[in-house]
Amino acid sequence: MKIMVVCGHGLGTSLMMEMSIKKILQELGVTAEVDHMDLGSAKGSNCDIFIGTSDITEQLVAQGVDGKIVSLKNMVDKAAMKESLSAALQELGAL
Amino acid sequence: MLKKLLTPDVINIYENVADWKQAIELACAPLIKKNAIQPSYVEAIFRSHAEMGPYYVVGPGIAMPHARPEDGVNQLSLSLTVIREGVNFNAEENDPVKLLVTLAATDKDSHVDAIAQLAELFMNEEHVKEICRAQNVAQIIEIIERY
Repeated sequence: MKIMVVCGHGLGTSLMMEMSIKKILQELGVTAEVDHMDLGSAKGSNCDIFIGTSDITEQLVAQGVDGKIVSLKNMVDKAAMKESLSAALQELGAL
Repeated sequence: MLKKLLTPDVINIYENVADWKQAIELACAPLIKKNAIQPSYVEAIFRSHAEMGPYYVVGPGIAMPHARPEDGVNQLSLSLTVIREGVNFNAEENDPVKLLVTLAATDKDSHVDAIAQLAELFMNEEHVKEICRAQNVAQIIEIIERY
């Protein structure tokens, strides 16, 4: 399982989300590789799940990245993040 | 880490602003003044907003404007700006933004600790509310010192 957090520059918002996602995965007991990158690098990278805020995921959809896309509206709401991530993991059979 | 970066000289409270662009300019001003970033950094934030939208609005009322190290960062720095009446960033349900923390990173790694502590602060709804309601900089510092 490889999860990629994507943001505009790959150093601010995505890093913040990556930290929360790692904690959530621990709570869920799911082992996964988590990393972050900028929007420009996302296309062509091979990941099971791409996560970003809605502005970014719209562009991931437009780019046609290969993987499940999870869109977050609020990255400081850990409970909502956990819900969205759990749903995606269940769909992929990892939870 | 946060209290080392968020010193009184980079914290400001404003009653209101004309628009989100002015909010970003005000949020960057103290960093330009202390030569931590170059004026080009502000332009870079505007450019990335035009290209990718207000994705740096991280949650209800909270924005973390930033660009890349190569866009004119001289030293790792943060600033904190409160717009008491809030300002719209066209960020849907996360509008209006009242708290802006500008991030200026010099590379991909050195700001990791600061980001971790900022994330903790942003997730604490009570502390965010207290910062947005603060009457003066000292009250904001008091909350920052807990991180």
